[in-house]
Amino acid sequence: MSAVLRVQDLSVAFHTRGGVVRALDRVGFSLGAGETMALVGESGSGKSVTAYAIMGLLEAAGRVTGGQAWLGETDLLAADLSRIRGRRVAMIFQNPRAALNPIRAVGAQIADVLRRHGGASRFNAGARAIEALRAVGIPDPARRAKAYPFELSGGMCQRVMIAIAVAANPELLIADEPTTGLDVTTQAVVMDLIQAMAARTGMATILITHDLALAAERAQRIAVMHAGHVVEEADTATLLAQPRHPYTARLIAATPTAAGSLDDLQSVPGGLPDLRRDDTPPCRYAARCERRLASCDGALSVRALAPGHQVACTNPLEAAA
Amino acid sequence: MRAILLRLVGAIPTLFGVVLVTFLLTRVLPGDTATYFAGPTASPESIAQIRTSLGLDRPLPEQFWRYLVDLGHGDLGMSLTTGQPVKTELVNRLPASAELTLCGLLLAIGIAVPLGVLAAVRQGSLIDHACRVVATAGVSLPVFFTGLLLVYVFYFLLGWSPAPLGRLDAFASAPKQHTGFYLVDTLWAGDFETFRAAAAQIILPAGTLALFALAPIARITRASMLAVLGSEFIRTARASGLSGPTVVLTYALRNALLPVVTVLGMVFSFLLGANVLVEKVFAWPGIGSYAIEALIASDYAPVQGFVLTMAVLYVLLNLAIDLVNRAIDPRARRGA
Repeated sequence: MSAVLRVQDLSVAFHTRGGVVRALDRVGFSLGAGETMALVGESGSGKSVTAYAIMGLLEAAGRVTGGQAWLGETDLLAADLSRIRGRRVAMIFQNPRAALNPIRAVGAQIADVLRRHGGASRFNAGARAIEALRAVGIPDPARRAKAYPFELSGGMCQRVMIAIAVAANPELLIADEPTTGLDVTTQAVVMDLIQAMAARTGMATILITHDLALAAERAQRIAVMHAGHVVEEADTATLLAQPRHPYTARLIAATPTAAGSLDDLQSVPGGLPDLRRDDTPPCRYAARCERRLASCDGALSVRALAPGHQVACTNPLEAAA
Repeated sequence: MRAILLRLVGAIPTLFGVVLVTFLLTRVLPGDTATYFAGPTASPESIAQIRTSLGLDRPLPEQFWRYLVDLGHGDLGMSLTTGQPVKTELVNRLPASAELTLCGLLLAIGIAVPLGVLAAVRQGSLIDHACRVVATAGVSLPVFFTGLLLVYVFYFLLGWSPAPLGRLDAFASAPKQHTGFYLVDTLWAGDFETFRAAAAQIILPAGTLALFALAPIARITRASMLAVLGSEFIRTARASGLSGPTVVLTYALRNALLPVVTVLGMVFSFLLGANVLVEKVFAWPGIGSYAIEALIASDYAPVQGFVLTMAVLYVLLNLAIDLVNRAIDPRARRGA
């Protein structure tokens, strides 16, 4: 399988007044054409930083300190990203209304991207923007194209975001918490739309979410992140049925299901470690882990337990029979 | 259209308040008009006679009522020092002041907005520090000082600019009046010689005003640009791969201009005040120098006329800013 995106040993550090924050440490994953992979983890685990590092959109304090990111044959860490962003990799964000220019009509915002990447001319960009709005299921697109974000609902704004993102038929779509802040029915509609667009164009999707249930429902594979590490990666069914990393198991136990009762839910004890410290332990979960061994303080390596199932743990859980 | 009318009607109480307060203030100020007008050798009898003929012996409410009735007829009274109707003088002098203030403001915008934008885009760079120095210098130097400094350097030391004596030097004649703005009228008449002369005269006083106005405009542009550049929709624009100029100019700057326009209104009103001093320094025949002379002579009518003119200008200015804001911001358009 030729990978659309291959990320290897990607490390990112932020230089802050309080010290150097090692936000990502040797993050690796890959995904193939048309595949949907979810990056799951609690707030601050480095999901969004991973996306921004790939897109070259890290804020000024952030630096990629090591590793590689390949989009097909293109080295994303060396390439001129201004011709790749929006054209080959696109991104949609949470809080869609704030993510759109408040004083520019939504049709014009789509037209801007079409003229930049889609080969549209000044004259047909408007018409093509209306087509793009129709493609994401916005009723009466000709009229809505003239609307401003504040005149549209959150769900409508997210559809516009999606129209902007897929305008140039990218190979990869990164959806950063695309449904956070939308009501539940709209969430489902937006996710359906993203998957329909992906199916139509064959683009791969990275779904960034803290919601394991959403990931389980929508992604073929899941990578679980904790404090800047990918602690476990597997196909969705395997990961849910046979979590091998203690953190994954804890995360699953903390996710509500339709069948289970709320009393069964267990929170993950402890919090994320301070990533500014120079003596951050090799396994950043060790301080919260009930399976910690003396050998956990040695070097941490990623182990392949089965094809496509990796875990970064010295003392993983037993595979269920 | 209706909104504009409503705004204008809403300004009437404000204007009435301005009329009342200026009327009272001019009466409270020390100095007796009749004594001044009668001259140093006048007898008490002739002073009393003048006072009666000017109506200054009547009770204040009656004086105020007569003033209001005159205002209603468009009569701003007579200046006692020049013997001319105040209205004629103000109409003749207003274009000079307006031209000077607008030139100063345009000059300031032309320098401060790009400076603020560059300072925000290249935060911490040389131009950012330059922006800070200019802003600090601009607020800390009073206009009469910068005015005199510019005259000293460019007229006295370097001899680059003509003598700071009004709108045109003695050899040029005023252009035929269309707008009253010499820079516009000379171009209208195709008289480039006079245009050059008028431009040479206006550049120093306009520069003085611009230096004063630079600081707040540059600061607010920089701060507003920084805030907008950090916002989520700029991240979206970057993630969509839009080009740098599109992101900075079409997306960021237009959003950042909203607070800048609001501040421009305040800056313009500061300029109207600063104008009075600058006109004095450059012997500019505007309404500011006219009002100062009248004030020193306890000449009520011109002072009242001046303040009223300023108030009307200010109301119109705020209206204009509202309209510009509506043009930029769709939320202001549909919200009203």
